[in-house]
Amino acid sequence: MSSTEKYTHESYLEHKGKYKGLLGWLTSTDHKKIGLMYMYAITVFFLVAALLGLMMRIEKIAPGPTIMDAQTYNGVFTIHGVIMIFIVVIPGLAAVFGNLFLPILIGAKDVAFPKLNLFSWYLFMTGAILGLFSQFVGGDPPDTGWTFYVPYSAESSTNVIWALSAAFILGFASILTGLNFIVTIHRMRAPGMTWFKMPLFPWSLYATAWIQVLATPIVGITLLMVIAERVLNIGFFDPALGGDPVLFQHLFWIYSHPAVYIMILPAMGVVTEIFPTFSQKPVFGYGAIAISSIAIAVVGYFVWGHHMFTSGISYWSRWFFSFLTFIVAVPSAIKVFNWLSTMYGGKISLKPPLLYAISFIFLFLIGGFTGLTLGALATNIHTHDTAFVVAHFHYIIFGGMGFAFFAGIHYWFPKMYGRMYSFRWANIAWGFLFLGFNVLYFPLFIIGLQGMPRRYFDYLPQYQTGHVISTIGAFILIIGIFMMISNLIYARKKGALAGPNPWKGVTLEWKIPSPPPLENFDEIPVITHQPYFFGDTNDED
Amino acid sequence: MSTHPTHNEHHDPEGSKIGMWLFIFTELFLFGGLFLVYAVFRNKYSAEFHHAAEELNAFIGTMNTVVLLVSSMTVAMSVTAIQKGNSKKAIGLLILTVLAALIFMVNKYFEWSHKFEFNLYPGSDVVKGLDHGEILFYGLYYMMTGLHALHVLIGLVLLIIVIVRLKSGRITKDHYSLHENSGLYWHLVDLIWIFLFPLLYLIT
Repeated sequence: MSSTEKYTHESYLEHKGKYKGLLGWLTSTDHKKIGLMYMYAITVFFLVAALLGLMMRIEKIAPGPTIMDAQTYNGVFTIHGVIMIFIVVIPGLAAVFGNLFLPILIGAKDVAFPKLNLFSWYLFMTGAILGLFSQFVGGDPPDTGWTFYVPYSAESSTNVIWALSAAFILGFASILTGLNFIVTIHRMRAPGMTWFKMPLFPWSLYATAWIQVLATPIVGITLLMVIAERVLNIGFFDPALGGDPVLFQHLFWIYSHPAVYIMILPAMGVVTEIFPTFSQKPVFGYGAIAISSIAIAVVGYFVWGHHMFTSGISYWSRWFFSFLTFIVAVPSAIKVFNWLSTMYGGKISLKPPLLYAISFIFLFLIGGFTGLTLGALATNIHTHDTAFVVAHFHYIIFGGMGFAFFAGIHYWFPKMYGRMYSFRWANIAWGFLFLGFNVLYFPLFIIGLQGMPRRYFDYLPQYQTGHVISTIGAFILIIGIFMMISNLIYARKKGALAGPNPWKGVTLEWKIPSPPPLENFDEIPVITHQPYFFGDTNDED
Repeated sequence: MSTHPTHNEHHDPEGSKIGMWLFIFTELFLFGGLFLVYAVFRNKYSAEFHHAAEELNAFIGTMNTVVLLVSSMTVAMSVTAIQKGNSKKAIGLLILTVLAALIFMVNKYFEWSHKFEFNLYPGSDVVKGLDHGEILFYGLYYMMTGLHALHVLIGLVLLIIVIVRLKSGRITKDHYSLHENSGLYWHLVDLIWIFLFPLLYLIT
């Protein structure tokens, strides 16, 4: 592990463009460097928001004010949600691993519009910084929650406009990334790579990109309308001025539910790359996984109403949205069966990426099943706006997207930097993360069922046991996060050389040097096989 | 897929065109949100919408519609001109398009300032005294035409960039995708107006 030798080729990390140092990074249109810039920014924001989450847990270790007052708590859960949703989870996998690996996986030298790609990163940073400003420019931090429900968000005296503008600009960055990926996948696949010879991570990015392009503008205009409501007093959504607050909820969730699939589809794509590699076996049901990504994107567009079962929508719309919510679970379940079948009978090697990927399935299943509890009309009434919902979406978003991100970073780290991390420390960090995660969020299911509301800073003494256990879990989780990051940072500096293909993977990224050279391929590959063909590539399958 | 571009050339007109079409979809959805809100409130407050819409000047609206339709024609003609290699004619037609856009904006300026004279703007005392439905109508009117005007300005900037590049010879018979895509964008601006005009000015 102490090797400090250098690899011999010039990779994208050493490549010198017109400028040197930081300016070289900030002006680079190389998709891999942009991917890394996203990753560094997102990591910083993730840590900030995670620490804010820890503060909320500490606050809830005992009833009554513990370390902050009620208004501060409102501000903290708002900025925790805004950062995590709009800055970390929505862009996370697509912007980081999509940028880093989409072109390589389809055998291209870059994305279709490299300059637009860099521009998206600048938009993203602008939005992120505006979000931070909302905390510090005069006035109080926003306290509406990340959902910005009207009429409160039109009336709150805090810096809501800053947060709304931040979300608007971040959405624009997301649209442009999606647009770029769609064109890249349509136009830049290597010769011979037909749609059904394309690896499955690009398939999931393709489905995601369509949601980004078709759903995000709706929340964009909705946020603009709330801004207009605050500035010009128009009252689109304020019942006192003749507006309709339920209309806001519709418009908000028309985007924000598909946004959940923007988060989870690329996560499914990442683990779909990992299972075949660590089972040394072609993925089971390639076509089913590819098509189910598209099915999730299409059906997921029409389930938004399940956030509004208690908002006073009609019986038949509740029936419709509940039905579709159950339907959208089907393609997700198809994927789970396919992952398990991929491992079945394979030569399984339980390295850290597979460990994270398997725990992804475990946590995603718990999140998915509790999602059905929430999607059923009768149980929804009982669990609506309780800690049960909080536990459910953390299982999906953190347990799903978060663990898939960790799986992805452990899978592709040797490719990104050319160096290998310590498996031992990666496994120990995984232990802390997995244990801490479950100890943190599982008790919330129970106290949620017992009636603990979400977003409350105080609670009745009967819920204290659950809250104390949950807070202990938060500390374990934070230790795991720092352990994992330290392991990776150390490996970046001092790790042993990984070589081009440490996992014996067969997709295109493993056929080029680690780290990849500036334009990925000396010669554009010609594709003749299925993407997960583990045999001798000279044979025809 | 036999039409893959070779990867050594960075120029992919087909790809750029797909990109522009996708962007146009997002714009349609952006305005779609406003159209949806319009539909909901039109249904809820049809009498007030009717009353408020009568205040709008249908003459200026019609004039602007004609101006935009003509500009869509000239921009399409200029794309045909550059396809045939006649960049002088292309520039001339684009200048006509830019002029039309300017006329549109000047008309808009007079229309809005006329309303402001009568204190018909969101948040004014006069508007605050109106019925809910009328306030919402004016809110939607300013928001929809304002957002549309912003798009006219963006289109204007794009067209001017195209003119400059035509003059410097960077857009030619073989490299005209920026020209074509700016034209597409301009048609979008026109198309949205085609829907705004009857919804706001004509249905009373």
